[in-house]
Amino acid sequence: MKSEKKKAAPGTVGKVLFHIKKYRPLLCLSILLATVTVILTLYVPILIGRAVDAMVEAGQVDFSVILPTLTRIILVVSLTGLAQWIMNTVNNRITYGVVRDLRNDAFARIQKLPLSHLDAHPTGSIVSRVITDADQFAEGLLMGFTQLFTGVMTILGTLVFMLTIHVGITAVVVLLTPMSLLLARFIATRTYNFFHAQSEVRGEQTALIDEMLTGQKTVQAFSREEATLARFDEINGRLEKCSLKATFFSSLVNPTTRVLNNLIYAAVAMTGAFAAVAGAISVGGLTCFLSYATQYAKPFNEISGIITELQNALACASRLFELIDAPTEKPDAPDAAVLSNAEGHLKADSVSFSYTPDRPLIEDFNLTVLPGQRIALVGPTGCGKTTVINLLMRFYDVDRGIISVDGKDIRKITRQSLRENYGMVLQDTWLKSATIRENIKMGRPDATDEEMIEAARAAHAHSFIRRLPKGYDTVIGEDGGSLSQGQKQLLSITRVMLCLPPMLILDEATSSIDTRTEEKIQKAFARMMKGRTSFIVAHRLSTVREADVILVMENGNIVEQGRHEELLLKGGFYARLYNSQFAP
Amino acid sequence: MFKTLAKSIREFKTPSIITPILIIGEVVIECLIPYIIANLINDIKAGCDFSTILTNGGIMALLAVLSLSFGAAAAITASKASAGFARNLRHDLFYKIQTYSFDNIDKFSSSSLVTRMTTDVSYVQMSYMMIIRTAIRSPFMFIFAIIMAYTMGGALSTIFVVAVPILAFGLFFIARKAMPAFTRLFRKYDRLNESIEENVMAMRAVKGFVREEYEKEKFTEASDEIRRDFTRAERIVAFNNPLMQICLQLIMIFVLYFGSKLIVTSSGSYIDVGQLSAMLTYGMQILMSLMMLSMIYVMITMSAESARRIVEVLNEEPTLKNPENPVTEVKDGSIHFENVSFKYSRRAEKYALSDIDLHIRSGETVGIIGGTGSSKSTLVQLISRLYDATEGVIRVGGVDVREYDMNVLRDSVSVVLQKNVLFAGTVKENLRWGNKNATDEELEEACRLAQADAFIKAFPDGYDTHIEQGGTNVSGGQKQRLCIARALLKRPMILILDDSTSAVDTKTDALIRRGLKEFIPETTKIIIAQRVASVEDADKILVMDGGRIVAQGTHEELLKSSPIYFEVYTQQTKGGRENA
Repeated sequence: MKSEKKKAAPGTVGKVLFHIKKYRPLLCLSILLATVTVILTLYVPILIGRAVDAMVEAGQVDFSVILPTLTRIILVVSLTGLAQWIMNTVNNRITYGVVRDLRNDAFARIQKLPLSHLDAHPTGSIVSRVITDADQFAEGLLMGFTQLFTGVMTILGTLVFMLTIHVGITAVVVLLTPMSLLLARFIATRTYNFFHAQSEVRGEQTALIDEMLTGQKTVQAFSREEATLARFDEINGRLEKCSLKATFFSSLVNPTTRVLNNLIYAAVAMTGAFAAVAGAISVGGLTCFLSYATQYAKPFNEISGIITELQNALACASRLFELIDAPTEKPDAPDAAVLSNAEGHLKADSVSFSYTPDRPLIEDFNLTVLPGQRIALVGPTGCGKTTVINLLMRFYDVDRGIISVDGKDIRKITRQSLRENYGMVLQDTWLKSATIRENIKMGRPDATDEEMIEAARAAHAHSFIRRLPKGYDTVIGEDGGSLSQGQKQLLSITRVMLCLPPMLILDEATSSIDTRTEEKIQKAFARMMKGRTSFIVAHRLSTVREADVILVMENGNIVEQGRHEELLLKGGFYARLYNSQFAP
Repeated sequence: MFKTLAKSIREFKTPSIITPILIIGEVVIECLIPYIIANLINDIKAGCDFSTILTNGGIMALLAVLSLSFGAAAAITASKASAGFARNLRHDLFYKIQTYSFDNIDKFSSSSLVTRMTTDVSYVQMSYMMIIRTAIRSPFMFIFAIIMAYTMGGALSTIFVVAVPILAFGLFFIARKAMPAFTRLFRKYDRLNESIEENVMAMRAVKGFVREEYEKEKFTEASDEIRRDFTRAERIVAFNNPLMQICLQLIMIFVLYFGSKLIVTSSGSYIDVGQLSAMLTYGMQILMSLMMLSMIYVMITMSAESARRIVEVLNEEPTLKNPENPVTEVKDGSIHFENVSFKYSRRAEKYALSDIDLHIRSGETVGIIGGTGSSKSTLVQLISRLYDATEGVIRVGGVDVREYDMNVLRDSVSVVLQKNVLFAGTVKENLRWGNKNATDEELEEACRLAQADAFIKAFPDGYDTHIEQGGTNVSGGQKQRLCIARALLKRPMILILDDSTSAVDTKTDALIRRGLKEFIPETTKIIIAQRVASVEDADKILVMDGGRIVAQGTHEELLKSSPIYFEVYTQQTKGGRENA
C-alpha cells in the first residue's frame, strides 16, 4: 500500500515523514501503545472463549473457572482503555505538532519568497494552502495515526491467534482479504484524484472571492454583480462536480467494506460450522474464531477508510509543500557582509533588468551617488522609477551589472542589513490591522512612546492620531481600513521618521496629501534628509530643484542626469518635461 | 437558522429524501444477518445436514449484495445532495455579498467572509451529508438492533437498559466538554487567515522594515495556540474510544455470564448458544451506533458554529436597497446636495460631512480641493450612492438618488476611485467592465482620451495583455489611466475623478483633462485633486475643510475670497521661483 500512496503524490510521503522525524520518541511510544492495545484486545476473546467452553462443554457451568476469568477480562479491558487513551493523546500531540511545524515553515517560506512569486500568485490561493489544506492534512494524519498502527497490528495479531485455533478456517479468511485490498485500492486512487482536484478548484474559488471582495466598490460602481456572479458560478459548478465525485467515492468505502466483512464473516461461519459439525473445533472455539474474524476484517474496513483520508491529506500536503518548497530568493552569499550605518555611497554599473525576458525594461543603467546626496527621479509615468526602487532594495535582483553601496556589491551584503539601511515611503502604504502604535513601531519595536510621539509630531501625524477614538491604541483595519489615503501616508512617514536609516527612498510619498500638510512634511523631510542619501520619486518642482542629481528617465533608461540648472541649459528631454510639467 | 440554510437545498431535496430511505433498507438487511447466523449455529448444534448450511450461506451472500446495492445507491444520492447543497450555499452567499454595501463588508472584514465561504461551507457540507446518511443510519441501527436483541435475548437485553445510558451519558459529557474549545478555535482561524493575507500583501513593507523575524514569531505564536487548543480538545475526545470499548466488553461479560447461567438453568429452552452469539453482535451494533451518534453530535455542534456564521452573512440586511418602484432613467447630469450631513455609522460621534449645500448644473466641470481627511471622497461617493446620506437629500437629474434603480444610477455616474482596482484578465476584459458591448474602436478611443492608448500598444500583446490580480504588473500611473478609460466607456452623465491622476505626470494629467473637455462636453465632471493646476480651469472649485465646503467659486474668485485656496496656490507655484 505504501508504494501506491507514493505513486499518487510523488515525494510527498517522504516529506511528511521528514517532518514527523522530530517526534520520533512520541512515535515510538505510540507504536508501543498500539501493540499493547492490540495484544490486550486480542487476549479478551481467548478469555471469553475459555469462559464459553467452561459453560458449554461441561454441560454445567464451572464457576471456579468463570469468576477469575471474568475478573481478568475486566482488568484487561480497563488496561486496554487506558493504553488507548494515552495513545490517542500522543497521536494528537504528534499530529498537531506536525501541522503547526508545517504552517510555520510555510509562513517562514512566504517571508523568503521572491516578490515575483507573490506578485504572480493570488493571495487567496496562498491563504487557502496554509489554512484549509493544512487542516485537512491534520485530519487525515490524525486518522492515520490513530487507526493505521492499531489496524496493522490487529491484522497481524488476529492472524497469529486464528492460526493457533484452526488453520483451515484461517486460510479461508486470508484468501478473501486480497479482495478487500483490490477494492480499497480502486476506490482510493479515484478518491485521491478528485480530492486533489477539489483542493485546486477551491483555491481558485478562494482567489476569486478574495479579489472580488477587495474590489467590491469597483464591482458595484460598474454594476458588474451579475457578470461576477456568472464567473463565480462557473467555478462553483466545477467545485460541485469534484466534490460530488470525491465524496461519492469516499463514501463508497464504508458500505463496500461492510459487505466484504459480512462475506468474510459468513464464510467463516460456514466453514466453522462444517468444522464444528465434523468435530474439528469446539463451539467455544468457534465463538472465539468468529470474534477474531470480525476483528480481522474491521481493520481492513478502517484501513481503506484511512487510505481515502490519507489520500486527501496527501493531496493537501502536496499543495502545502508546493508552497514550502517554492524557490526562495537566492539566499545571501555565505560570505555576505553586514552593512551597518552605510555612508550612502551608491553606484549602479551597467545595470540591466526586466520583469519578463520578452519585455526589456532597464538597460545599461549607470549612476553614482555620493553620501548625503539627494537624487530625484523624474520622468513620464511608466518610465521605470518604481523598478529602480525594487532593485535598490533588492526586492528583485538585477539581470546584468552591479549595484553597490559603500563600494560593496549589494549581492554580497545580507538583504536584511541592506534593507535596514533604507527607509522607505512607498506609494502603497501597507499598514497592518493592528494598533497605530504597532504600525509606527514596525521599524523599531524597541522605541519608547516618547520617541514615537516625537516622530509622529515631526511627520504631522500626531494631531490626527490624537483625535482618533483611542489615540495611539486605536486598531486600524486591514490595509489601513477607515483611514484616509493621506492619513495612511502620514502614518507610513511617521514609521520612517522613527527609525531614520542612513538612506531614504521616498516614492511619491506626498501625492495624496494636501498641499498645506505637504509643505510641513517637506520641511520635516528636508531635516530628515540632511546627511542621508535620498531617492525621491516626485512630480513636485520644489523636490526636483532641491535635488543634487536629477535622473531623467524614459523607457527604463536614464536619458539625462545632472542638476536642475544644467539640465535646463542643456535644453533636452528634461527641459521639455520641465516646461510641460512644472512651469507655472 | 435551519430555515435559512434549508432554502439553499432547492433542487437537491429529492436526493436528500431518498438517501435516508436507502439507508434504512441497508440497516434492516444488516440486522437480519446475525439472526440468520444464530439460526445456523443452533441448527448445527441440532445436527443439521450440509444443505441447510449451504442455503443459509446463500441467503447471507444475497443479503450482503443487497445491502451493498443500497449502500452504494445511498452514497450516490448523499454525495449529490451534499455537494449540490454546498454549491447552492456558496452561490447564495456570493450573491448576497454582492448586494453588500461597504458598511456590510466592513462589519465582517473580508478575510472573515472568505473563511465563511470556504471553510465554513465545507463543514456544513460534511455535516449535511452526515445528517442525511449517518444520522439516519445510527438511530435506526440502534432501534432495530435493540428490537432484534429483545426478541432473541428477552430478559438478557435488560443489560442494554443499563449500558446504553451509561455510554450515552459518557459520550455526551465528553462532547459537551470538548465543544467550547472547538468553538474558540474558529475565531483563531480568522486571525491566522488575516495574518497570512496581510503579510503577502504587505510583503514589501515587511521586508523593507526587516520585520520577517517578528512576523514569523507572531505567526508561530498564533499557530502554536491553535495546536494547543486542538490537542486539549482532542485529549477530551480521546476518551470516547476507551469508554466505548469498556462498555462493549462489560456487555460481553454480562451477556456471557448471565446468558450461560440461563442456558444451564433452563437447559437451552429459554435461550441457546446461537442466540447468545447473536446477542453479542447486536450489542456491538448498538454501541457502535451510539458511538456514531456521539460523533455526529460533535460534528453537528461544530458545524453549527459554521452554520451560524453562514446564516449571519445570509441574513445581513444590505444597508443600501433598491426602492419599490425605482426610477430607471437619469435625465441629465445635474447634481444637488440639499442640507446633506453624513456619518459613516450610527455610532460614529463625528459627522464626516456637515451641512453640504451644493448645486451643479449638467455639463459643468467642478474641482474639489481640500486637506487630508476633509471628506472630499466621501462627498462624491454619496452621488453614486455607495453610501446613503444621514440627513438631507441628494438629487441627480432632479431625482432623489434613493429613488433610482441602483444599477441605473451607477451606470450614469462613473467614479474613478482613489484606490483603483483592476481585475485579473486581459486589458480588453478589464475595459469592457465599463461597457461589455463596446467595440474595439470604442475601447481604443476611450484609451486615447485617457492617454492610455500609447502604453497599451507598447505592450507585447497590446490590448490582449494579461493583467494580474490587483493590476500588479502595470505601474500606478498606468493603472489609473486604465481605470479612467474604463469609466469613460460607460458614457456616463457624470464622471468623477477622485484623485485618480495622482500617479500620472502633470503633462499627461493636463492632456487627459483637455480630452475630457473637448470630447465629452455634455458630461458633468467632478475632479478631486491635490494640484491646483488640475482644477484651475474648472467652472467651479469647491474648497473643503473638516467635512464642510468652506468656499466655492472660480479660480480667480477663490484667490481673492479664500485664504486657504490662496495659500495652497502660492505654495504650489512659488516653488518654481524659489531658490533650491
